[in-house]
Amino acid sequence: MKVLMFGWEFPPFNTGGLGTACYGLTKGLANNNVDVTFVVPQMPEKVNAEFVKLISAKSYGKANIKFRMVKTPLAGYMTPEEYKVKTALLTNVPDGQQKLYGDNIFMEAQIYAEKAAEIAKTEPHDVIHAHDWMTYMAGLAAKKVSGKPLVVHVHATEFDRGGGNGVNQAVYDLERKGMHEADAICSVSEFTKNKIIEHYGVDPNKINVVHNAVEFNDHKFVKESFGLSRDSKVVLFLGRITLQKGPEYFLYAAKKVLEQDPNIKFVVAGTGDMHGMMIEKAAELGIGENVLFTGFLKGKDIDKAYQMADLYVMPSVSEPFGITPLESMRNNTPVLISKQSGVSEVVNHVLKVDFWDVDKMANQICAILKYGELHNALMENGNKEVQNFSWNIPAEKCLHVYNKLLENKLINNNLNKTENFKSLKNLNQVKDLFYSINRGVN
Amino acid sequence: MVSTCFYFQVHQPYRMKNYGVFDIGKNQNYFDHDNNKQILNKVANKCYLPTNAVMLNLLNQHSEFKVAYSFSGVVLDQFQEYNPQVLSSFQRLVETGQVEVLSETFHHSLAFLHSKQEFKEQVELHRKKIKEVFGVTPTIFRNTELIYNNELAETVAGMGYKGILTEGADHILKGRSPNFLYHPQSTPKENPNFKLLLKNYKLSDDIAFRFSNKSWKEHPLTVPKFVNWINSINGNGNCVNLFMDYETFGEHQWKDTGIFRFLSHLPQQLLKHPDNDFKTPSEVINSYEAVDKLDVHNAMSWADVERDLSAWQGNKMQLSALKSLYNMEAQVKNSNNPELLALWRKLTTSDHFYYMCTKWFNDGDVHKYFNPYDGPYDSYIAFMNIVNDLKQRLEIRD
Repeated sequence: MKVLMFGWEFPPFNTGGLGTACYGLTKGLANNNVDVTFVVPQMPEKVNAEFVKLISAKSYGKANIKFRMVKTPLAGYMTPEEYKVKTALLTNVPDGQQKLYGDNIFMEAQIYAEKAAEIAKTEPHDVIHAHDWMTYMAGLAAKKVSGKPLVVHVHATEFDRGGGNGVNQAVYDLERKGMHEADAICSVSEFTKNKIIEHYGVDPNKINVVHNAVEFNDHKFVKESFGLSRDSKVVLFLGRITLQKGPEYFLYAAKKVLEQDPNIKFVVAGTGDMHGMMIEKAAELGIGENVLFTGFLKGKDIDKAYQMADLYVMPSVSEPFGITPLESMRNNTPVLISKQSGVSEVVNHVLKVDFWDVDKMANQICAILKYGELHNALMENGNKEVQNFSWNIPAEKCLHVYNKLLENKLINNNLNKTENFKSLKNLNQVKDLFYSINRGVN
Repeated sequence: MVSTCFYFQVHQPYRMKNYGVFDIGKNQNYFDHDNNKQILNKVANKCYLPTNAVMLNLLNQHSEFKVAYSFSGVVLDQFQEYNPQVLSSFQRLVETGQVEVLSETFHHSLAFLHSKQEFKEQVELHRKKIKEVFGVTPTIFRNTELIYNNELAETVAGMGYKGILTEGADHILKGRSPNFLYHPQSTPKENPNFKLLLKNYKLSDDIAFRFSNKSWKEHPLTVPKFVNWINSINGNGNCVNLFMDYETFGEHQWKDTGIFRFLSHLPQQLLKHPDNDFKTPSEVINSYEAVDKLDVHNAMSWADVERDLSAWQGNKMQLSALKSLYNMEAQVKNSNNPELLALWRKLTTSDHFYYMCTKWFNDGDVHKYFNPYDGPYDSYIAFMNIVNDLKQRLEIRD
């Protein structure tokens, strides 16, 4: 089995759970003897040699994982507005290079899609698998070229990203098109599946729930190396600081907890569009001294942050899955998560609250810090529970989806494959679509 | 001759509120009045009232039909507070003279395992309550969730009871039959004839758990089939002890499963066989001799597949909650404050600890289903917060 996979970020150059999930899933597929060619946008300012080396150094069993880079400034979790800022900063790039980048993020996704079609011509594959909206067009373009079945993997929808504050119509249109034209959909939770059915009008039978998992490592830190947590208990927020993740609810809860015990420290790890706003918010609430901002963390520092904390809180407003609670459980740190998350469907040994119920959130935080046996029980049972979350399981589910598609294809094989290689015409159709979307945006 | 002996458990706890850390020192309402009232009325309509109507009819029709009930004190209090009609329907059953009422701890507690003194006080409170409500004084004891060990038998025999009900667990019987009476390992000299009635868990659970289970190979369970199983015990057993929660009828097994039809046809069919009869636990004890002694060193119960105490005190949260609670006993009693003592006692109800059970992935599912909180951790939090508030109130008084 050979899979041509389109992603938009991959560790170590990831800013969120999507890259983590792609890494884990790819590894899980390799363990299931699936060959994967992973196509990612190449960040112009990064040196990719290091990246490739890092990956090729890993053991992937018998199967073969190959990376193909596409030059583009596309990055994970970029909004159309952010793209404009980013490309504006690239004006100093020598003339020859600048034409690589499109005028907006949709043009960029189109360039990526055109390259995808070229790759699809040369890379042998049985199935195409595209992760989230920026790669759906690439997936569709590849499908037009090779005629192979397309799986789109929904890690988030525009309704999650907006955090309830509206959606970008152009992004929505791309998502909807991808979902409808795909042969099968993988969604990271029932929570997300319901959103797909409700907001995108997709046939439920086409959607396969594939819950995420977590990668294990042996990063261990001695308590003494933390400094901070020696004299005060630490409550951690770790994630992008953006509306969807509910950072302000974390601060409101912190305020209430600190009224009970002024000695507790709240650590906010990550970056995002609300970073500055949250620093101001903490000051405005009068808890600035107790709320510490670490900036963006990666690699071992992430594990260190979890291990330093007495409790990890994920107050997301709308979390399609949420791998971070699993990471916390892996690090023996108890977890409090919002009920508005996919991960809450699959974990039992955690506390769950509604993201908006700040009183309850504060109460539960206090309880975990106050009652040692509760902390220990969550820690021990949580760690035991997370051991079941191997990436081999979601990979097996994806493999099952691939096999089903190939079986169906065999049965309904009325397609004249040569027809599909009249790719020029098809590519033009893809272009037309992008232009029509662009007009909608500009 | 084989005697069928029915005993039904009637109990509802006072469920706690989702009492937060911030409530400590500010909120003295620990129990969820509205929720408790609502649940009691729901169970009354689905189970207590319709089942009592069937029972009264059966008792009137067949003078040979006998049953036993054990009511926790806290459920009787709730009947009086929320639904007196239910209480009078139970009183009418007892008035037939064919119903035996058993003795237990007023608060359906684990007190025997944590404080013998409190255990005896709660049993005494319960005796008074039963006398007041039903005008009878029980002679047979059953401990919360049929929890039993050698020591309990000695204590209860020393209190003058004639016998005790417990689980017919395989690991205790070791191949012997639950369909005979047994003696405990040792009894006080003044009460040498103290006997044990053991639950026939197979036949009991056929009704209580498997009745509506379509994947069970005996489904559907018909009256002739069940009577046939009981008949087959004739000649190799004296009694078939069918012990179950009363909520089996209409609540665990819904009306549309046919459970009421099953119940209303069972006595007549069973009595067709001349060697069958119904007996109450004390009649069984008076009619038959014990065949052997049972040695139960580690406590057993009727719960879960383990038939042990792990549902209530199997994890560290449960143990710490129990410890915090019973550590307060002397202080609560010395305070001479009846209100605080009553609150403390309501917290001894075993259900609070059952909700904290984390044995989820097998028969723990049942715990989750009956849990009024979001999960075991949330119930532990509410309990500990309440204990802390109570402690504060005691210390302020000191």
